[in-house]
Amino acid sequence: MSTSAAAAVTIDGVTKTFAKGGTVAVQDIDLEFQPGEFVSLIGPSGCGKSTLLRVIGDLVQPTTGTVQVGGKSAHQARLDRDYGMVFQEAVLFDWRTITKNISLPLELAGWDRSRRNERVKEMIDLVELSGFENHHPWELSGGMQMRVAIARALSFDPKLLLMDEPFGALDEMTRERLNLELLRIWEASGSTVVFVTHSITEAVFLSTRVVVMSPRPGRVAGIVDIDLPQPRTGDTREEPRFFELATELRELLRGRTPEGVH
Amino acid sequence: MSSVVVPEPGRSLARDFGRGVRDWIPAVVVLVAILVGWQAAIEVFDIQRFLLPKPTAIASRFWEERSTLWAAGWFTFQEAFWGFVAGCSSAILAALLLARFRPLGAALMPYFIAANAVPIIAFAPIAIAWFGIDKGSKIAIAAVLCFFPVLVNMLKGLTSVRPSSIELMHSYAAGNREIFRRVRIPASLPYLFASLKVASVLAMIGAIVGEYFGGSLTSLGIQIKSAAALFNFETAWAAILVACIFGIAFYLAISLLERVAMRWHPSARGAQS
Repeated sequence: MSTSAAAAVTIDGVTKTFAKGGTVAVQDIDLEFQPGEFVSLIGPSGCGKSTLLRVIGDLVQPTTGTVQVGGKSAHQARLDRDYGMVFQEAVLFDWRTITKNISLPLELAGWDRSRRNERVKEMIDLVELSGFENHHPWELSGGMQMRVAIARALSFDPKLLLMDEPFGALDEMTRERLNLELLRIWEASGSTVVFVTHSITEAVFLSTRVVVMSPRPGRVAGIVDIDLPQPRTGDTREEPRFFELATELRELLRGRTPEGVH
Repeated sequence: MSSVVVPEPGRSLARDFGRGVRDWIPAVVVLVAILVGWQAAIEVFDIQRFLLPKPTAIASRFWEERSTLWAAGWFTFQEAFWGFVAGCSSAILAALLLARFRPLGAALMPYFIAANAVPIIAFAPIAIAWFGIDKGSKIAIAAVLCFFPVLVNMLKGLTSVRPSSIELMHSYAAGNREIFRRVRIPASLPYLFASLKVASVLAMIGAIVGEYFGGSLTSLGIQIKSAAALFNFETAWAAILVACIFGIAFYLAISLLERVAMRWHPSARGAQS
């Protein structure tokens, strides 16, 4: 097997040009994430951060460059079910109960019924949805649906959790509560998270590192280590350091906008 | 209705039925009003019986000839039913193939659309030449009428799955077969059943109209046609009544099947939420 030092994700010279219209979504991206990191990708709309996430997840093929995940190609990692994906919408299936939505990846991976039931029960406890096992998705609030999506993504213990603006459609209060829950889950599971967001405060609050991307074509404008103490709590948002880091990110994001005249 | 909280695992059939009866009351009131108005209009305006017989006259003729009419209705219903089965199953199969192999869809869909624009009933005499004067031609006409709406709707259901659902399945390394089985087919069911209900009505129409061009004496189409030719309008109307009863029963059977197959669907939970 590969060495224990294998990075969780290695992105090497990735450029993605869409055939339609020749739009360059991301250009010359070189990044490396270590196991257990919580990395946020932040940037203005259309900077290609979601595209980059999909390139990591082997859902979009890069035009040039390569992606390695845990020492394997991204394609092999997908076939090995190393990814847990969470999208902006919960993407739950209405014809499945909450229990069955969570167990979908386990069914696909060929787990037997008793093992599936056991794991789904654990996941329901983890995201605090007991009592809703036999409900259908449309009977749940947006925040609860997102918790189901997270439970589903974690159910098979993926090495890498890829999240594409998962809380973007939620109200501020629900979002802050789910941020705390996500950190608790991340600490408990020990997996690596790549998290796309356009919220500066969310990126600072959640991450160990933040990758700031420039407007299209998306390039890496800067990488900021978030040295706030772990575990993060509700008070973290009020620390002076939190504001300093948020300001730093904001400056980096401004760096390449048209207003930042050279 | 008040926002009654219903216990989780499904409502009882008895309760469904109770609510069903209450929902039907306005419709029954309308029916009674129409029948009374119909009867009264004939008396008041002295309408000739060959233009419009009295409801009471139709009802008594229906009762006198009930065994002949029911037999004819059952005969025609069987044609419609087998036409429905043949047309809908081949449409479902075609939709699955076209959704699975998109280039095939691109090549064939224009012809399906063009074929649908053809008034199929115009082919009834030719269908009789091809499939015989007996049940075969009626089944064929009913099947062709059912085919297109089911194909189009099923195809729409299979292909209008959100891209993120497909990406999610890909992220689990699911192949095309799994995506069809676990996402596309369940997602298409609401579309499919909507079209099956339309098809059930079309199948009855196809069978009866097919019979107008000739067929068994024990069929509804022939009963209606020959009764009307003999100025036996009460019998013709009674036969139409039988056709309605079979048509409605067919439609309701499909609706029931829909509710059983889609217990998960939000609409199955009614107005409350």
